[in-house]
Amino acid sequence: MGALAHVLAVDPVPARSQMGSSLGFHIILACFGIAFAAVTMIAEWIGIRRGDAAALLLARRWSKVMAVLVAVGAVSGTVMSYEMGLLWPGLMGRFGAAIGVPFSIEGIFFFLEAIFVGVYLYGWRRLPPWVHWWSGMPIVVGGILGALSVVAANSWMNSPAGFTLRDGKITSVSPVSVFFNAATPYETTHMLLAAYMVTGFLVAGVYAVGLLRGRRDRYHRLGFAIPFTVAGIAAPLQVMMGDVIARFVATNQPVKFAAMEYVPRTTRDAPEWLGGIFINGHVYFGAAIPAFDSILVGFSPHTKVIGWDSVPAAQRPPLVTLIHLSFNVMIGMGLFLFALAAWQGWWWWFHRRLLLTPWFLVPSAVSGVAAVTAMEAGWVVTEVGRQPWIVYRVLLVRDAVTPAAGVPVTLGVILSLYAVLTVVSIGIPLIMSRRWRQQPAAEEDAEQVPYGPSPAWAATTGTAPATGTGTPAAMGTASTAGTAASAATGQATTGPDSQ
Amino acid sequence: MSPSPEAIAVGAILFVVIAAYALFGGADFGGGIWDLLAGGAERGAAPRELIDESITPVWEANHVWLIFILVLLWTSFPPAFAAIMTALFVPLSLSLLGIMLRGAGFAFRHTAQRLELRQLTGAAFAAASLITPFFMGTIVGAVATGRVPVHPAGNVLAAWTSATAILTGFLFVAACGYISAVFLVIEAQQRGHQDLTRYFSRRATAAGLVTGPLAGATFAEMSASAPYVFNRLTGIALPLVAVSIAGGVAVLGLLWLRWYHALFLRATAAIAVAAVVCGWGLAQYPFLFPASLTLAVGSAPTASLVAELIVTGLALLLVAPGFALLYYLHQRRMLTEADSDADLRLAAHVGQAGLPGQAGQASGTAPAPGPASARSRTTTGLVLALLTIRAIREMLARSRRR
Repeated sequence: MGALAHVLAVDPVPARSQMGSSLGFHIILACFGIAFAAVTMIAEWIGIRRGDAAALLLARRWSKVMAVLVAVGAVSGTVMSYEMGLLWPGLMGRFGAAIGVPFSIEGIFFFLEAIFVGVYLYGWRRLPPWVHWWSGMPIVVGGILGALSVVAANSWMNSPAGFTLRDGKITSVSPVSVFFNAATPYETTHMLLAAYMVTGFLVAGVYAVGLLRGRRDRYHRLGFAIPFTVAGIAAPLQVMMGDVIARFVATNQPVKFAAMEYVPRTTRDAPEWLGGIFINGHVYFGAAIPAFDSILVGFSPHTKVIGWDSVPAAQRPPLVTLIHLSFNVMIGMGLFLFALAAWQGWWWWFHRRLLLTPWFLVPSAVSGVAAVTAMEAGWVVTEVGRQPWIVYRVLLVRDAVTPAAGVPVTLGVILSLYAVLTVVSIGIPLIMSRRWRQQPAAEEDAEQVPYGPSPAWAATTGTAPATGTGTPAAMGTASTAGTAASAATGQATTGPDSQ
Repeated sequence: MSPSPEAIAVGAILFVVIAAYALFGGADFGGGIWDLLAGGAERGAAPRELIDESITPVWEANHVWLIFILVLLWTSFPPAFAAIMTALFVPLSLSLLGIMLRGAGFAFRHTAQRLELRQLTGAAFAAASLITPFFMGTIVGAVATGRVPVHPAGNVLAAWTSATAILTGFLFVAACGYISAVFLVIEAQQRGHQDLTRYFSRRATAAGLVTGPLAGATFAEMSASAPYVFNRLTGIALPLVAVSIAGGVAVLGLLWLRWYHALFLRATAAIAVAAVVCGWGLAQYPFLFPASLTLAVGSAPTASLVAELIVTGLALLLVAPGFALLYYLHQRRMLTEADSDADLRLAAHVGQAGLPGQAGQASGTAPAPGPASARSRTTTGLVLALLTIRAIREMLARSRRR
């Protein structure tokens, strides 16, 4: 019993599991935090610019989903910042001065994002249209720059730079070199594109299901086309970027790359393994393309690829099979999504209309799940592949983990809470969409907000004149115009296909 | 060894941020406490509506102060951060649990329609509003009493279960309720709800009358458990303590006189809270952990501190106007989830624009452009293809060079 307690207290596995599951959960919501505002704003732009009621309705509904996801994302993000200290005091105590710099910069952008999320999500009713549209812009910019900063912190762990150590203590820091370490440009671009792909494909997938069920009105076609276009633009860039990054990892973290590609011994003519399980020096159930790994790394079969025998056994990552298979899954999913985007792009280029056949829509419906799988697999590759280091070749995970007892308990609590949050984060938008289908657009707000102001209050405050009137005519006849708008949206949701 | 000016500056900023979180975050937590105490579904409906309306658009921005505290602490004072996070693992985890429950309750209560579900999410939100400030209070108490070891070997239960720490926990809860009730008085007043104004005025007074003695008791307890901080609080930091007490009494007076002046009342309450936080900071100087870890020993290299100062400057430049805008719009009630389409300006706008013949006039923009012609499409295609080929060749060339 005592031995067990001792193992639980010093073994980093519970802490790693907790960090991993927290990151795996948070990263999906972070994608929505980064990219969903941009998708919504495109719809809103179309809505305002072209007077397209269906696009506007989409934007309003997406922003309601965004309110839920951003709130959960803020919570899971807070969990991550706590865990940096709760689980890894050895990392933060020694290297906080370096790794903290990108986190601080992220703080600014998170602030900016949170402020304007408040304005954007709750400003639909009273702000003039273009003012409201512009209030979303800081969310997009803040999301991109914030993601850049936080991923820079992660890439610093993979490629530490910008500090001097004396007797294990940091004596000086160069914040710029910390932020722009060698891995920063690669990792940040990779993650940003991933965020746009995950968000785009997930949202498009929802409307693909709707289209498959025969709801082929403009509302559903736009709801599919806007996010799919965003993700479809990101997909080919991601494939190109992924190829470049793999070569960077091969030079910068050769042992990680060796685990990704099953390269036990440094060799020329390294084969490219597709699938396969690595047991005792053999790859079972895998297909090898001769010398292809060398070609991918250096454009020639004679390129030398460094194997994991280049470091002592204690410094090699565990679970090479997991790393390799995750890497394969990520590439497979990425190519699948790229093919899907190229298919739609080809059709659009030559026919100038959306390809909406079941053959295309069925894979599109699962494209979001594929994108999430690819991203999670990618994080498994980079995080497990860095083991046993927490800061690559500087600090071991073992030396960073907290000595405090109780991590297994918090792990259990976190897992069960995240299970609930996952169910609800998926369930709430589902319930919302069912509600939206059942009732006219004009009425939905009354039922959405149980704690919202009562009709009596709205009567006293709702008609109060506001500053910065962008549409005097609309304000003058607010109630009649509102009716006209709801009539228009109603028509848009139920009206026939007007292609 | 005296601390560097950069370390002092960052330390001061840290306490200003803590004060901001105590004010804005504390008010949101307090809202949850009053939500919890509002009574049955029917009786508590009106105050709950007001609480929800005043918190919803701003709670997330207010929450970011906490992230900023964590980040400032771990970047500027890494050893202190590591020691706190290890020794106070338990209260920190519990306060985090509160934050999770609260955020989740908040996210989902708006979409829960069935009463039971609404009550469940509401309960999660309200219970969390008690848990989080209480355990944060115990953490502050543990640090102020100097019971956090510099190199803890694990959890240190004794650090945060001392009488002072527990009292500080209760003090935090009471202070949250107090500051929130004062803010809600103004919210109700501005919306013209006489009954709710009185309702929260009574609660603000009650919370103030609880907070004062609790603060006094904590203070008395500290004379034995935290001699260093106590001596400084009665010495150099005494003016700040006096300002805080004066502010607290003045708020009670304003409430008693029913002089609900929006700026005056809020500012006085804010000063009462901010002054005591800054007083605590001044009392700790020059220690991070009184008598065991000094600012000079516990601070990061100068470059990191300078980076934090620059970040703070940037934050002031970028975030301050944003906050001003958010609170301005919120105060003017531009940020609502009103329940009819009557004031949906955007829909009204499109409704007008959507009508034929009025598009240009109403929206002030040209009609939607038609699709690009076939020739320009071919040209664009060619240019794009050329650019792509160039980019790929460029990349290949670069990789080879490496």
